[in-house]
Amino acid sequence: MADTRLIRRRRGPVTLVLRVAVVVYLFLLVAWPVSLVFDRAFRASGPHEGGVGAFLERLGDPAAVYAFNLTLTVALYAVIANTVFGVGISLLLVRYRFVGRRVLSVLVDLPLSVSPVVVGLALVLAYSSTTGWLGGTLQSVGFQVIFSTPGLVLATAFVSLPLVVREVVPVLEEIGTEAEQAARSLGANGRQVFWRITLPSIKWALVYGVVLTTARSLGEFGAVKIVSSGAEFRGETATLFVHNHYQNFDEPAAYAVAMVLVLVSVVALAVVTYVRPREERA
Amino acid sequence: MSATDTVARPKPPRQPRQLRAADRLGPASGLGLGVLLLWFSVLVLLPLSAVVVTATEGGWSTFVDVVSQRDTRAALLLTVGEALLVALVNAVVGTVIAWVLVRDDFRGKRLLEIVIDIPFALPTIVAGLVLVSLYGPRSPIGVDVVGTRTGIFLALLFVTLPFVVRTVQPVLEELDGEVEEAAASLGASQATILRRIILPSLVPAITAGTSLAFARAISEFGSLVLIAGNRAGETEVASVRILKFIERDQFESAAVVAFILLLVSALVIVALDLLSRKVAVRG
Amino acid sequence: MSIEVRGVTKSYGDFVALDDVSVSIPTGRLTALLGPSGGGKSTLLRIIAGLETADGGQVEIEGTDATALPPQRRNVGFVFQHYAAFKHMSVEKNVAFGLEIRKRPKAEVKRRVHELLELVHLEQFAKRLPSQLSGGQRQRMALARALAVEPSVLLLDEPFGALDAKVRKELRDWLRRLHDEVHVTTVFVTHDQEEALEVADEIVVINQGRIEQIGSPEDLYDEPANDFVMGFLGEVTTLDHHLVRPHDIQVRTTPADGGVAGTVARVLRVGFEVRIFVRPEGAADDGTDVVVTMTRTFARSLGLEVGTRVWLSPEQGARRVPVVGAPTVPGDQPVDAVKV
Repeated sequence: MADTRLIRRRRGPVTLVLRVAVVVYLFLLVAWPVSLVFDRAFRASGPHEGGVGAFLERLGDPAAVYAFNLTLTVALYAVIANTVFGVGISLLLVRYRFVGRRVLSVLVDLPLSVSPVVVGLALVLAYSSTTGWLGGTLQSVGFQVIFSTPGLVLATAFVSLPLVVREVVPVLEEIGTEAEQAARSLGANGRQVFWRITLPSIKWALVYGVVLTTARSLGEFGAVKIVSSGAEFRGETATLFVHNHYQNFDEPAAYAVAMVLVLVSVVALAVVTYVRPREERA
Repeated sequence: MSATDTVARPKPPRQPRQLRAADRLGPASGLGLGVLLLWFSVLVLLPLSAVVVTATEGGWSTFVDVVSQRDTRAALLLTVGEALLVALVNAVVGTVIAWVLVRDDFRGKRLLEIVIDIPFALPTIVAGLVLVSLYGPRSPIGVDVVGTRTGIFLALLFVTLPFVVRTVQPVLEELDGEVEEAAASLGASQATILRRIILPSLVPAITAGTSLAFARAISEFGSLVLIAGNRAGETEVASVRILKFIERDQFESAAVVAFILLLVSALVIVALDLLSRKVAVRG
Repeated sequence: MSIEVRGVTKSYGDFVALDDVSVSIPTGRLTALLGPSGGGKSTLLRIIAGLETADGGQVEIEGTDATALPPQRRNVGFVFQHYAAFKHMSVEKNVAFGLEIRKRPKAEVKRRVHELLELVHLEQFAKRLPSQLSGGQRQRMALARALAVEPSVLLLDEPFGALDAKVRKELRDWLRRLHDEVHVTTVFVTHDQEEALEVADEIVVINQGRIEQIGSPEDLYDEPANDFVMGFLGEVTTLDHHLVRPHDIQVRTTPADGGVAGTVARVLRVGFEVRIFVRPEGAADDGTDVVVTMTRTFARSLGLEVGTRVWLSPEQGARRVPVVGAPTVPGDQPVDAVKV
């Protein structure tokens, strides 16, 4: 951290004005609106009951349960796929030199800058059983991608693809290869080096990447909306549930599920905020 | 989008790497690369090329056809205009927020740090819902911006909040306090120090954050569906337009709009990068 | 011979790191690879360890051809400059690593780790993490780790390079004593001539990818094969177009046969020794003064001060290496020099 003693000492009216302006801005834009979700999730309104009991009842509704189950299933597959892919591609990008390595490292980041709607469109154009490039072929072997769970998994894996790579690559670069070489000279083979040396060294980065991937997977909306039929009990994930129920004037249910999603994000945020410093201290 | 639009963090200083032979791919690592590339192609490359091919196979006339539709043109103009405005506001406000977080010290500052990250963490549809709670029909303060361009502006401000803050903050932290002290000892006023010493070194970070914010704003979808109203020709943004095309099975038009979005965001990112280099050289 | 290197060549792009290098490392001795940075000595060590592959040539360890063997099958211990500690493992786990890979029985591993930690004086730190150790302790841990697998050769790459001067000196003495106890064939890389002279039984001088000379510290210091070796090991000065050690010059205050006449330009006292700078007659003030070192008592007995006229000649039996062209400044690399 830079030495800010001198600047800190000079606390003029400008500093105070800026401070107040920033606090007010963030309060109006973020803090107040977010806090209202808690309020809406628990407070009675119109014909709807309030309180924790009613809140839990809404979450226990079969449609909500189905939505959460589907979201968790999809996220699980996406996280597994992205973890394996992320660790593998990071190792290849950092530890090996091959033709097209740079291009690949740019391409891997690409999904983060593509609009979720475009992701959905792309998957439809490639895999829709009616218009997609490969959809017909897959359909003929009895495999439907769009409007079914595989499509949801693809969409979710697509949008969260770079998150593990982005965490692991810098750490791999930083730890260098000396410890791995030392392990080799002590008789460890490739597999032993990976499991005993490399993996433990990138452990925290990987945890961080997986948490980010999970949070992103649970919360994806745009891409999922397009590849899912999106109807109740038919491909309706938690985020689609929030959307549909809000649109159908069932606000209490929408807010109840949204509340759970907010809590999940806050937990993810807490993990990344508190895990990170620990990893850096080690 | 949620927890995750990671902002480029400054890389930790690296130990100088030893001069070593490049590791070439062996049979095992080569096979691994093959498998991973196959998955990457199936998941990302093939679908994206489908978009590009679908958008371009109709040739120039399809482009003209799609863009000359009044609603599509309106959607594109609205999106780009709002995104530019939001990026601009972020460039200023984000820098100020970063400044306050680094240089000021007060109770509750750590809480602000968390508040900044919330827009990244929340699923986009929830972000929309959150904003509608305060600025929607049942607003406790009587402000209802649903279905207006202000609503779109607000939602975009919300989801792009962290970009500039989180790119500028680390640079500001690393700024050498001694340089400012040296400038002060040479007689420079606070304003001069800010303009001549601090801002020039922040410009690359501000630009990077602003282009990220712009790219995000131009492609935003989830947080807008509840607040924008989505009336064609008025409050319908490009991504919603794409969705409507898809729902009507007009895939070619959808692909064209998607392609234009990709082009614009690439263009702006490159332009801002060039601009920041120019400024950095002059600074 | 424990290690035989024959005709090894290695280049990185245009840069030739090793050019047809052949060397034999004797069994049970402590050998130093000495040379300036970028001279190829670390590359040679890494090729012996199998961490780098040579472009051509052969490496034999303990009579078996190791050229194509991967590092894990060469049975060498390697110690890195920056320790290469396994940061997530305790000190004892680090030391046990090689043994566990070899699936030795638990009791044996435990006994052996204990022995080694005792040997490197780290027994009370067994449960700590490497991050809780000082640099010197970490390097001792790395040594114990390398020794644990009973390697046929122990290779150390600038082992003390990352440590501060005092610790470096301590560890140097300690390594010498350790080697006298363990007797494993040891090769270490260093760019510090003092370190090499003090610790090694034998020194291999490497420069610009070639071996300049191999010999005992005495040989190298007293009988350098060429001006590079002479300049790299110890101080040199130029007297009458020859490189001479500053303490090998006789100073007389009376004219002598064959002596170079000059005047004292500067007198510098450095601790117990006195360093005088003599400007030969007719020479310009261009930094080419002859440097002579002597004891304080001797300088005083001659009554040397600035302006004194003196006659310089090499001591009997002193090593002289002729120079052509630019004179050499101590420690610098001669540009145009003729080898003896």
